[in-house]
Amino acid sequence: MSRTASTPAQRFNIGDRVRIDSRPSAGHCRAPSYLRGQEGTVTAIHGRFRNPEQLAYMKPGLPEVTLYKVRLQQTHIWQGYGGFSGDEIEVDIYEHWLLPAGHA
Amino acid sequence: MTERFNSLRADSDGRSVHDVGGLAFGPIDREEHDLALWEKRVDAMMRALGSPTKRAFTVDAMRRMIESYSEQQYDATDYYEKWVRALRNLLLEQEIFTDAELDAKIDNVRAAFIAEGRGASHEAVPRDTGKGVAP
Repeated sequence: MSRTASTPAQRFNIGDRVRIDSRPSAGHCRAPSYLRGQEGTVTAIHGRFRNPEQLAYMKPGLPEVTLYKVRLQQTHIWQGYGGFSGDEIEVDIYEHWLLPAGHA
Repeated sequence: MTERFNSLRADSDGRSVHDVGGLAFGPIDREEHDLALWEKRVDAMMRALGSPTKRAFTVDAMRRMIESYSEQQYDATDYYEKWVRALRNLLLEQEIFTDAELDAKIDNVRAAFIAEGRGASHEAVPRDTGKGVAP
């Protein structure tokens, strides 16, 4: 995957609280249903990549979109979670699926 | 089993067929198993066709094609069956070859196998009706 030489402005920074958008999707989508509407914390910024949701249709996938690592609490995602209370999950989510936390 | 999975997805608010995280599909089979020769060949074909020099399609298009299967087809096929069907559908979609060319090639290979006494019918790659091809 290509990464741009410059560092274009990204919407979120490490430590930001974010919400994974719960909008419906059509076709190839990189935000799994079980995480939509969930909130977490940005723990890494992987860089900018061609949009896989457009590459899936053999389109250029430009402009590139920023990919973040987001950390969420398992107990927040699963009702009656049976593991340790501090268990976390880290997922890679593209910027167009992220909103500031607390956003409707 | 397939019927149960279908009813699970029906209540899951329009998820794609593969997007089953959190649904009650039971435990994941984590057992390793040896790959059949045809499965290794499918893996090799996918990597060769998707490589930077060929770029017949993107890995994302491969995923999109597999996600476009019907629930029945998705649940009834194993990992590399999904791949080989996606390969076929993508190569037709991207007009790398035509359905008639593929059929002719399969007929040739089958005839050669039979001529060598290799019993092609037992090693046949799963055929696809073409219903999985995106518009």
